[in-house]
Amino acid sequence: MQFQATSPPHVRPRTSVTRVMGEVLLALVPAAAAWVWYFGPGLIFNMAVAVATAVACEAAILALRKRPVGLHLADLSAVVTAVLLAFALPPLTPWWITATGAAFAIIFAKQVYGGLGYNPFNPAMAGYVVLLVSFPEVMTRWLPPQGLDLAPASLGFLDTLRVTLTGGLPAGMEWDAVTGATPLDDVKTQVGLARTVQEATSGPLYGDLGAKGWEWVANWVAAGGLWLLWRRVIRWHIPVAFILGLCVPATLFWLLDSGIHPSPAFHLFSGAAMLGAFFIATDPVSAATSPAGRLVYGAGIGVLVFIIREWGGYPDAVAFAVLLMNMAVPAIDHFTRPRTYGHAG
Amino acid sequence: MAETPRLWKFHGGLKLDSRTSRATTEPIAVAPVPSRLVLPLSQHIGQPAEPVVAVGDRVLRGQPVARPRGYVGAKVHASSSGQVVEIGLHPVPHPSGLSAPCIVIETDGADQRWDGYEPMPNYASMSAPDLRARVRAAGVVGLGGAAFPTAVKLGAGAGLKLLILNGAECEPYICCDDMLMRQRPEEIIAGAQVLMHTLEIEQCAVAVEADMPEAAAAMEEARKRLGEDRIQVVSVPALYPEGGERQLIKVLTGEEVPAGGVPPDIGYLCHNVGTAAAVGRAVLAGEPLISRVVTVTGAGVASPRNVEVRLGTAVADLIAAAGGYTEQARHLLMGGAMMGFPLPDDSVPVTKAMNCVVVASAEEIRPRKPALPCIRCGECAGACPARLLPQQLYWHARAGELDRLDEYHLFDCIECGCCDVACPSQLPLTQYFRYAKTELWARERDRERSDVARQRFEARNARLEADKAARRKKLDEKTRALKKTEGDREARQQLIDDVLKKARARKSGEDADTGGDSA
Repeated sequence: MQFQATSPPHVRPRTSVTRVMGEVLLALVPAAAAWVWYFGPGLIFNMAVAVATAVACEAAILALRKRPVGLHLADLSAVVTAVLLAFALPPLTPWWITATGAAFAIIFAKQVYGGLGYNPFNPAMAGYVVLLVSFPEVMTRWLPPQGLDLAPASLGFLDTLRVTLTGGLPAGMEWDAVTGATPLDDVKTQVGLARTVQEATSGPLYGDLGAKGWEWVANWVAAGGLWLLWRRVIRWHIPVAFILGLCVPATLFWLLDSGIHPSPAFHLFSGAAMLGAFFIATDPVSAATSPAGRLVYGAGIGVLVFIIREWGGYPDAVAFAVLLMNMAVPAIDHFTRPRTYGHAG
Repeated sequence: MAETPRLWKFHGGLKLDSRTSRATTEPIAVAPVPSRLVLPLSQHIGQPAEPVVAVGDRVLRGQPVARPRGYVGAKVHASSSGQVVEIGLHPVPHPSGLSAPCIVIETDGADQRWDGYEPMPNYASMSAPDLRARVRAAGVVGLGGAAFPTAVKLGAGAGLKLLILNGAECEPYICCDDMLMRQRPEEIIAGAQVLMHTLEIEQCAVAVEADMPEAAAAMEEARKRLGEDRIQVVSVPALYPEGGERQLIKVLTGEEVPAGGVPPDIGYLCHNVGTAAAVGRAVLAGEPLISRVVTVTGAGVASPRNVEVRLGTAVADLIAAAGGYTEQARHLLMGGAMMGFPLPDDSVPVTKAMNCVVVASAEEIRPRKPALPCIRCGECAGACPARLLPQQLYWHARAGELDRLDEYHLFDCIECGCCDVACPSQLPLTQYFRYAKTELWARERDRERSDVARQRFEARNARLEADKAARRKKLDEKTRALKKTEGDREARQQLIDDVLKKARARKSGEDADTGGDSA
């Protein structure tokens, strides 16, 4: 009788990279729906452009590198990068800007380093930061949440599509009339003009925790993140450390002077903090790898987000904080090796 | 029911489907004595044994046919009566797939017993060395799979705190210990008593996994029946690889066996429950180790069950005892689903180390999916019972950075396979680590070899150098003596005269046949 030889173990993994990435995408569905509800269909167009560009670039470079294209496209990692980039972009970003960001993320931040698993920097954040420094004006053109009559004009589905495709507004509309600052940006500007945080957040834009619309998107992002935790796609170390790293200094300064420092809740629910904590910082490839290392890594990002928001030149800081901590990963990994069984500490 | 004292946790591990339910529905069957027995000389860790019989000799059941060569070694006994027909190379169940020296016996069907070993029912009045000698004579080795000579472990020395009987059979498919505990608990308890007396230990814990309640109940009942209060049956959570000695010690005591050390270093000694039963039989009944219980299971076997089988029986005969193959048979493994290795064919004999034979279907062992790059998710590190960082080891193994592998404690890897099963990238991590270990060993051997060569070379150079130096020194002294007298003609003349006088004196002495030499 002839038998097939296989090497142990003979039990196969219950999970796969495709499943991990697929569940990350699934976890973002409620947040994406909330986003579209409050800020219009821009996100859908951003996603379409980013995903198409990212997949095309990934396929092209894989082919150039003579790697199995189908196998690697099926891991869905390019799609996740593109979707996270789309979440970071303002709703009315013209398509060529989105495409530039996605192409940079895949080609320069990922494939040039050797593709999936070899990139030291979070590709989505690298792509976003390139756009942030290259197109600063476009990157600040956010929309106020819909249904609050906060903007004199609002765009429908076709108008949004047109802005995405042409980069220009319909005739008779002005950018200032359509767009608005993000809550973080707004509060930062107002505090800079010697107003208190309370005065700045007394307007109709602001809600219970952060700003209206924004806080609900953040809630759904957090819900998706908790689902990922429950599914064990991500582990608790990075999100918890991130949130603590942001909240502890935020609470201290808020207690010191709540006039110029927003509350920790505002920090958590106004910008990209939740997305960063559950979906961006948890990218395993560019994060620290041991549990202790991940606590350090997450906390470092949280603290950096606070520092940059408070004293830096940008209203939000998740991308910069993530990239800075990416650089620290080899050192963190070196110093946080767990004690092997039977070895002294 | 089993008591639950305070337990600890070992790091990582996996909850696996035990796949044992099919093989535990039937009681242990006894396989018939085959017409031919193939007994490998190396069924244990250590030097292969040395034959003490010749081709043509008639042997009885239980008669020694090979004796240990070194201290770490084990005797081999004829598993039935018959005639030695061959001593030569045969395929053996070993991962290498190579052949090894075996003694082949044609059985005569009489199964006549050899009475060389007196039963020792009064073992309690005997000394530890005598009992150890008996265990050694009976060829008992660890039956949990590692096959380390038991007598060597019994020489661990006095002052041990706890004897641990390992019934935490954690690997999918394997259930021979489970069935042994269910059906022959008295044998195990009796063996434990012998072990405790030999080791002068007053406490014994029998660890049974929580998913084996029948076994735990049977053990507890036997313990009570025998009035044995020093033994405690402990139910431990079912988590692979808890049956690993180091993991089990951690669970029971909270302590860790030091790296590179052995359990007695921290006061514990671990024996498999089957080994305890074999020790009991060797001492109390004078029966050497000539058979063992093997789990025969998998979808490729008609009626999966546990079989008590004579050592040396062909695996094909063993499978026949479990109803033979089914249509679905695709893979043949020795051991369980996690650490078992493939057997080349079913002609290999059953050995002391064989606890399980799995005949798996294509559904049970699916082919590996194509591997993707490591995404550093760390699931492997979370599952690693040795608390290693497999993702980093993999990285360095791929890069061929052998020094870094050592630094990341590659040799603490127990090859349990947890990292493989946890890996979303489907990387064959365990295979990488096995390979990297052999690379490191090879390098170590090369280094030793080159060290020896270098030392030899250096020693030779040093010797030549020393010779040269000695010669030079002698020459220098002579020249110096000569030089010293250079300016002094008289003294020089004196020196010459002295030498001449001495020579003359010698000559005259020789002439006078004194035979002496006054100089």
